[in-house]
Amino acid sequence: MWKTIVRRIILMIPQMFVLSLIIFILAKQMPGDPFTGLITPETDPARIEELRIQAGYYDPWYIQYYNWVINAFQGDFGQSYTYKLAVSSLIGERALNTFWLALLSTILVYVIAIPLGMIAGRKQDTLYDKSITLYSFISYAIPTFVLGLIFLYIFGYRLMWFPTSGTVDVGVEPGTLEYYWNRLYHLILPAMTYAILATTTIIQYLRSEIIDAKTQDYVKTARSKGVPMKKIYRRHIFRNSLLPIAAFLGFTITGLLGGSIFIETIFGFPGMGQLFIHSVTSRDYSVITALVMLYGFLALLGSLLSDIIMSIVDPRIRID
Amino acid sequence: MNTANDLLTIRNLTTSFRIKDTYHAAVDDVSLSLNKNEVLAIVGESGCGKSTLATTVVGLHNEVNTKVSGDIFYNNQNLAKLNEQQFNNLRGNDIGFIFQDPLSALNPLMRISEQIEEGLIYHTKFTKQQRSERVLELLNHVGIANPKRVARQFPHQLSGGMRQRVMIAIALSCKPAILIADEPTTALDVTIQAQILDLLKTLQTETEAGIILITHDLGVVAEMADRVVVMYAGEVVEEAPVKELFNNPKHPYTRSLLNSIPQTHSENERLEVIQGMVPSLINLPREGCRFSGRIPWIDASSHETKPQLHEIAPGHFVRCTCWKHFHFEGEEGGGTV
Repeated sequence: MWKTIVRRIILMIPQMFVLSLIIFILAKQMPGDPFTGLITPETDPARIEELRIQAGYYDPWYIQYYNWVINAFQGDFGQSYTYKLAVSSLIGERALNTFWLALLSTILVYVIAIPLGMIAGRKQDTLYDKSITLYSFISYAIPTFVLGLIFLYIFGYRLMWFPTSGTVDVGVEPGTLEYYWNRLYHLILPAMTYAILATTTIIQYLRSEIIDAKTQDYVKTARSKGVPMKKIYRRHIFRNSLLPIAAFLGFTITGLLGGSIFIETIFGFPGMGQLFIHSVTSRDYSVITALVMLYGFLALLGSLLSDIIMSIVDPRIRID
Repeated sequence: MNTANDLLTIRNLTTSFRIKDTYHAAVDDVSLSLNKNEVLAIVGESGCGKSTLATTVVGLHNEVNTKVSGDIFYNNQNLAKLNEQQFNNLRGNDIGFIFQDPLSALNPLMRISEQIEEGLIYHTKFTKQQRSERVLELLNHVGIANPKRVARQFPHQLSGGMRQRVMIAIALSCKPAILIADEPTTALDVTIQAQILDLLKTLQTETEAGIILITHDLGVVAEMADRVVVMYAGEVVEEAPVKELFNNPKHPYTRSLLNSIPQTHSENERLEVIQGMVPSLINLPREGCRFSGRIPWIDASSHETKPQLHEIAPGHFVRCTCWKHFHFEGEEGGGTV
């Protein structure tokens, strides 16, 4: 299995290469240059020209590409024009925020969705099932920003249970236990909002998997052995029904790491989604290229992660 | 109640399924008995109610929208009146079940040892050590060459024949008095079929269990069975010891089934078939002889209005009177009694 994982990672190199080439060429097509944002009416055009030559603006594209890739490998994605910061440190900080949000969201999604899906599937067509389906319909129909705003209003402004924006309060000493609690406290509301909306798919998927598994022959076999139904659910039905859910996990995690534009915007949460939308609207293309590269990498990683998880939970799938 | 030699006695068993607010009997007033150390074959086309009969006996039918009436006596208990808990004590312990397709009947995520062991957990007081010993013993018993390795494997790693052997090991794990085999060889290829049948036969002689063998393969019946029950459209149409049935078939349905077996030595190159098909539950005529629709060339007056089982020789029962007048289409009239 380790061989396969290494092989898959090596295979990611040409994929990333093609992706980087496309992104680089597209970025080059965008109007403006790195100095557009620096120009003031007093700037001497000759000085700008000099800077352009110095920065390699007139080099052939493959030289520029080569330099970009070499720098990227060293962790240098250039400067953000709007934030005036190194792209790598800009993304690094945001990515960490998003990572914690993603982690908490994923945990909440699975903690809520799996028991509900199991109840709905097991007690098919009962009042339990119908209530859960009703919940699914509602959560599926509500747009993210509506639920986000409602939560923000009720729990943030009215009840004042949770902070309304940011990742941590000002003045809390980093590194202390209180600091981590405070960060977690800031995560709860956005993570809940995400979790409530994202549970729908998993609940309904799990429900139909369980209903399907109930009619499988191996359940009949288990009954013919005299195994009580309760045990059959635990040993046979749930285990088989959770397979596709487990397969989702890889994609869910990496998908969340891309950040959620709506949630981060509404909760004033400085994460990847917010950064991405800002960099697009302000044409901050060194940030855009770096982010798209990162998203591409996450997508590839997600599918690898899902394959690895599948091979662990399903004995029929062996990656070797 | 069971008589001395009977292991299982079924009296007037009717299993009905609800389709659009009406109940339709898939098994209609069936009575039969299984003796100790006997292989009873139940034959018929698909949709005749064979499998429904078998699943009803062990309470494995779908409980929603199903109605069961009649009695099933086993060991001074009436199985038709048991609740789920009582059935669980019985299933796997007194009655073993072998299914048609061993791949789908085994849980893909569990090791073979776990699946065989499962029944032992609920029916014996074995320790873990004793259970794994019993698993190896069973695997060895059903003719698996390398029990230790197979026990650790998953179903997809085994061949079809091996899987069915594992199924048999599961069914036999608690030494049941009755084994119900629902088309145990249908999903296997022909050479493996023969091996599995041999194995069943050997095990049956060893354990003296009674076997109910459900099949549509008359070759399997000839090889395995002691007694045969022919079912058509939910009813028993003929019942006889196996030799009697093959040498002296009476009911038109039985004769048609036997006639449709391809003969390698016959000069007749046509493959004989039975006209029409088994009527679906909803369209099933409940009055008169149910097979009459598929032998329209036989005079309607030769059927009984309420066909009954008649004992025409010791142990040989035939439903309806039409058999006396039956002849195959195109042949000269029968009428030989």
